Amino acid sequence: MTPDSLRVALRGILANRMRSTLTMLGILIGTAAVILLVAVGAGISNQVQGQIGKLGTNAVYVLNEKNAGGQDRGGTNARQIKLTRADVKALSDPGRAPSVKIVSPITSTAGTVTWGGTTYSLGSFIGAEPVFGEIRNIRVQKGRWFNDGDQAGRAKVAAIGLTVVDHIFGKGVNPVGQTIQFNQVPFQIVGVLDRRGSNGLQDQDDVIFAPMSTVIDNVVGPIDSFTAIGVQAVSQNRITAAVTEINTTLRQTHNIRAGDPPDFKVFNAADLLAAGKATARSFRTLLAIVAGITLLIGGIGVMNIMLVTVTERTREIGIRKSLGAFTSDIMLQFLAEAVLLAGLGGVLGSVTGVLLGQLRIAAVQPIVSPGTVGLSFGVSVLIGVFFGAYPASRAAALTPIEALRYE
Amino acid sequence: MEAVPGVGGDSPVLLLDDVHKIYNPGPLQVHVLKGVSMAVEQGDYVAIMGHSGSGKSTMLNILGCLDIPTAGRYLISGVDVSELDQNQLAEVRNRYLGFVYQSFNLVKRTSAQANVELPLVYAGVPKAERRRRALTALGLVGLGERTHHMPNELSGGQQQRVAIARAIVTGPSVVLGDEPTGNLDPTSTAEVLQIFGQLNAAGRTVVLITHETEVADHAKRVVVLTDGRISSDVRNAPVQGEPPNLIDLTGAEPREAEEAIA
Repeated sequence: MTPDSLRVALRGILANRMRSTLTMLGILIGTAAVILLVAVGAGISNQVQGQIGKLGTNAVYVLNEKNAGGQDRGGTNARQIKLTRADVKALSDPGRAPSVKIVSPITSTAGTVTWGGTTYSLGSFIGAEPVFGEIRNIRVQKGRWFNDGDQAGRAKVAAIGLTVVDHIFGKGVNPVGQTIQFNQVPFQIVGVLDRRGSNGLQDQDDVIFAPMSTVIDNVVGPIDSFTAIGVQAVSQNRITAAVTEINTTLRQTHNIRAGDPPDFKVFNAADLLAAGKATARSFRTLLAIVAGITLLIGGIGVMNIMLVTVTERTREIGIRKSLGAFTSDIMLQFLAEAVLLAGLGGVLGSVTGVLLGQLRIAAVQPIVSPGTVGLSFGVSVLIGVFFGAYPASRAAALTPIEALRYE
Repeated sequence: MEAVPGVGGDSPVLLLDDVHKIYNPGPLQVHVLKGVSMAVEQGDYVAIMGHSGSGKSTMLNILGCLDIPTAGRYLISGVDVSELDQNQLAEVRNRYLGFVYQSFNLVKRTSAQANVELPLVYAGVPKAERRRRALTALGLVGLGERTHHMPNELSGGQQQRVAIARAIVTGPSVVLGDEPTGNLDPTSTAEVLQIFGQLNAAGRTVVLITHETEVADHAKRVVVLTDGRISSDVRNAPVQGEPPNLIDLTGAEPREAEEAIA
């Protein structure tokens, strides 16, 4: 494509500004729709993944059946249902559960936090081992997560969620180094956690984490019953194996006979994630199809206008041929015009799509990927070639005398 | 006179040999040309006359390689055009023939200069050279001042002069005119005829069709077409030399400018 043919094409487009603008608008909307809808799809997918991913992608949780199902097993109280240190130990044994990488007991307590004159009724005060940070995929925004030294030294340190920070210290205040009281026990804040948002049931930032040893010593007392056990599988594709091993191991430690229902529940974040991802993927495909159809309609608009243009300029085609234009010259001229029309629409559509992609749409933050922008611009140019080819070849096939006689 | 490229020594520059043209073959066929034979030598100035429907436009279209004969042969400098493909015909139109139409046929929304450059674009001439030759051709037809005007900003006579500049910019050996003065007032007609006369005096072969005897009076040879056949063929002046009634309106020196183009 030479600068000459592009200049001629541009002149053709400018000759009918209104018509060219409307045609470009078709491509513009199509391209923007592709970018935006794919971005919304990616945003939804990301949101689902983010929500579930916050549980830790390789994480498996063991809960009391009572906690999980919300009901007692009924009938007998003969056996106490609990998750014990023995369970944690059994799960940590590579001989019994080789697919398990890390295990941490978890206790959860409710209570009141005070600092200075402020009192706050906390959602959950969680005691866990330092490795729990890894299981739950915890990110620290300021300061640090507690470590093995804190656990060994029974240090009264805590990592604190943003909701708690906002209520006690106020928004934007850095509380690291301050000492708060939880149920009259002082804890020094060593870290502030990243915002996780709501998991749909509870605010995941309304939380304080402290080392398990400290919590047992100072908050819950010397118990041998945990709220839950957090487990991390060796890898993502060993999660299913880990779940099986946990079930087998705990049935043994809890002395459950074959055929009896278990008194615990194994809860797998990866399964939820997979289901959520699959839903998001179908949704994304649907959006992409809708967007693709929009772009196709834009392409038909280009073809329609190019056919009109060729008819209108039949005489010009005759003149050019009589002056020695080759069939290929004419073909190229109209093809250049169609491609330019679609390409300009594609550029404007890409810009529009990227700009709109910065907005939150229906509580979803779209994620614009450079790949989609490149692809949809490329497709709009290809649409120019594809839908311009027929009108252009029709123009080129005219004999000079037919074209010159056309009124 | 310098040699015009592509023209052989002995064979006539244009040769129609028993040419027939039939439109809509079948029961509704129209037999427009019924066996036309004519040889045009290099340097001649031929006016083809005839009533409407006599076939003179069809004949000129065939001479201009815009249309092809149904039967018979048409040779340009000894080459049978029926043996040429689409692109070769386009090249012949581009290099050896210049066409001037009654309705000017300038490309709309395209400046005079760009219109004149068009044949050079298709000939693959570089931009700077195109510009130089287009300006020379426009100067030759007396439009050196209006090169950036759009066709709709020019009078009929000016548009036709742009069209002539476009027809001669590639230095063709033959210039064809399809009633080139048909849409012009007497003053513009005189200007256009002057340019045609000067082109012929400089060695170009000119063939034009007209139904006005005042126009035909400027030709060296007058061919009359009646109902698809040549009914009269009269020579008024020798092939070589100046055409009759050559008018000098401006005192310009066309030959020098003409040579600058070629």
